[in-house]
Amino acid sequence: MQSTLQQPQKVASPTKTETISGSEAVLKALLAEKVDTLFGYPGGAIMPIYDALYDYREKLQHILVRHEQGAIHAAQGYARSSGRVGVVFTTSGPGATNLVTGLADAMIDSTPVVCITGQVFAHLLGTDAFQETDVINITTPVTKWNYQVTDATELPHVLAKAFYIARSGRPGPVLIDISKNAQLQKFEYEGYTPCDHIRSYRPKPIVRKEYLEEAAKLINAAEKPFVVFGQGVVLGNAEKEFLRFIEKAGIPAAWTIMGLSALPTDHPLNVGMLGMHGNYGPNVLTNECDVLIAVGMRFDDRVTGRLDKYAKQAKVIHLDIDPAEIDKNVKTTVPVWGDCKETLPLLTKLVDQKVYPQWLDTFNKYKKDEEAICIHPEKNPEGDVLSMAEVIAALNELTKGDAVIVTDVGQHQMVACRYAHFNKTRSNITSGGLGTMGFALPAAIGAKFGAPERQVIAVIGDGGFQMTIQELGTVMQNKVDIKILILNNHFLGMVRQWQQLFNEKRYSFVDIESPDFVQVAKGYHIDGFATDKREALKAALKTMLDHNGAYLLEVSVGKEDNVFPMVPQGCSVSEIRLK
Amino acid sequence: MSKQEFTITVYTENQVGLLNRIAIIFSRRKINIESMNTSPSEVEGIHRFTIVVNETEEVIKKLARQIEKQVEVLKAYYNTGDEIVWQELALYKVSTDEIAEKVKVERLLREYGARAVAIRKDYTIFETTGHREETDRLVKFLEPLGLIEFVRSARVAIIKASEGFHEKLRQFERQEPGEELVENEFLGQNEEIFTM
Ligand SMILES: Cc1ncc(C[n+]2csc(CCOP(=O)(O)OP(=O)(O)O)c2C)c(N)n1
Repeated sequence: MQSTLQQPQKVASPTKTETISGSEAVLKALLAEKVDTLFGYPGGAIMPIYDALYDYREKLQHILVRHEQGAIHAAQGYARSSGRVGVVFTTSGPGATNLVTGLADAMIDSTPVVCITGQVFAHLLGTDAFQETDVINITTPVTKWNYQVTDATELPHVLAKAFYIARSGRPGPVLIDISKNAQLQKFEYEGYTPCDHIRSYRPKPIVRKEYLEEAAKLINAAEKPFVVFGQGVVLGNAEKEFLRFIEKAGIPAAWTIMGLSALPTDHPLNVGMLGMHGNYGPNVLTNECDVLIAVGMRFDDRVTGRLDKYAKQAKVIHLDIDPAEIDKNVKTTVPVWGDCKETLPLLTKLVDQKVYPQWLDTFNKYKKDEEAICIHPEKNPEGDVLSMAEVIAALNELTKGDAVIVTDVGQHQMVACRYAHFNKTRSNITSGGLGTMGFALPAAIGAKFGAPERQVIAVIGDGGFQMTIQELGTVMQNKVDIKILILNNHFLGMVRQWQQLFNEKRYSFVDIESPDFVQVAKGYHIDGFATDKREALKAALKTMLDHNGAYLLEVSVGKEDNVFPMVPQGCSVSEIRLK
Repeated sequence: MSKQEFTITVYTENQVGLLNRIAIIFSRRKINIESMNTSPSEVEGIHRFTIVVNETEEVIKKLARQIEKQVEVLKAYYNTGDEIVWQELALYKVSTDEIAEKVKVERLLREYGARAVAIRKDYTIFETTGHREETDRLVKFLEPLGLIEFVRSARVAIIKASEGFHEKLRQFERQEPGEELVENEFLGQNEEIFTM
């Protein structure tokens, strides 16, 4: 087998070596990378690492989850709220295969995580040994990089590479599979040298001045410029640079759900959400702007709707760190390759100070229509049955936009993204690209460890909650102070909505029964309350937020409420429906 | 844009698992690989993949970017047939009796540019190198004579305009990556979108 180390690597300055095990080398690497928290689940093939961890338990906080999927979603939540790399330990075989959903989620949402999986002894590889599974090949399409270690001497370099690859450039998940013999093997440890260069890997493309100039020319000549932004702004820590850019250029900006919270909700240039359940104005006006400036977003089909009718009239400027994203879905007029932390300030320098009052007003006109037809009725439903929108609106009044909102997948996710207020970046954590039900509870646990000083609220549907409900055990054991808000419509709501709209109400297996969630929480010694009463809502939310420790609040909402506006699949963004 | 034959040349680290990482970029998109060869390159320790695919240029460009995105890939180029010099190698096994009886072997060697690489009492193995049509021609000729076994290698190709990879690698080894241009010939144009 060829080693990954044949290429020249910087060698640690020759100090005295010490004899340690591969397992200890793993833990030393984590400490050197300033990891303080990791999420995991032990098992046979990773026992040597867990044995070593016993001696490091003061320095490394290990959170025992209830399922490995929970571990990786927690690591994702941790990474997203903190901006650091999430770390996961699992055993071989089923422990490792349970990570696959989370890896796919982290891959498509560019989340930096490093997963360390145990593997059977190297001499057993390929023999169908107990709990042997070909983890490297299973995870290749859902990792930015993966590598199997069978010799402990490789571990320091490989882990340094793993952390560097996970966090640099466009971040992503990395999996390191370590055979049991390598964990046990004693070797001469020469210290840990962080990695900052791999010759075959270019985390960011060179910024090209001529394209920036070309982009600025287009922007300066525009009459109806429009900025659409995604998570790239957050991943690049470029929120301030982004703000300066739109404020100087005076351009209205709309976000994808991955970009949400990078720009404060009440900023005058924040015109709302893009995509299938986004706001009316930004969707329609995508097809009316003359210059479309995409920042750190990848033109997902949920955002663009029908591609051949997407922004055809506009000149497109695309700022992205990943060259493979340029021209992938939407052909650009001017590509601005690079980290937006670098490119945005350069562009800001070149653009004229401007305002577009008339153009901005067009957005406001659409907003008024949407307000009248969707938003107002949703927030103020007739009758006694609560709506998701009014719950989120009530929550806003209490959090004042300061909380981290972690959402699951479905109607409640779209409603939360549409209505939740945010003052701070890294406050909206959701499974955007993969749409993984079951994400929210474990991700909220991780988010709390990543940002312990912040209020973390998981907004979850009755369906998705039951996918990872066992993580209530993790909340209980670790006293994780998160608030769980279940919006229970007694249906797999989003699928039901599609069946209503497109399958003539043939409600095929979307009617889901749930346990008494409050009782379930009680079983885990987590306090809770359930309500379906408008009069009780505010007080119930306040009790939840003020509660010392974890709390579960279940709110029953309209069974057959729908999320609007909606761009039906296969339609253009200008064909967005308000009802 | 219509489909045509492209040869993709990929310079990579010599790494277990990389073949799979590259192959799944094609299979995920349900794109058939016509042929794939891996070998050492002009630079020690650097491997070279030669991949032949029938696709539109738009798709090929996206594939090349996806390949280049892999951590252990140094560079991916794609070329049409006229931009490269390429060869395939073929081996043919026939019965020695049959061939000696019915064919003037010298003629076969001369006309088809074949070489005899093994001559046994019971069988003879010929070899040709060339383009697909050339190696196919000999198949056609030998079939009626009871071709026992036939095998053809993947394509190997040299890019006419390439100056080799030594200089590029030196750039990549520097801490700061060298000026690595990612071309965009659509600068100033805005036509239809891509589909893949
Ligand atoms: C793991 C997984 N399985 C299936 C789906 C398909 N799906 C998308 S939304 C949805 C319904 C979600 O129901 P619920 O959690 O109750 O939330 P609601 O839409 O009612 O708010 C389903 C089944 C999914 N996104 N993820």
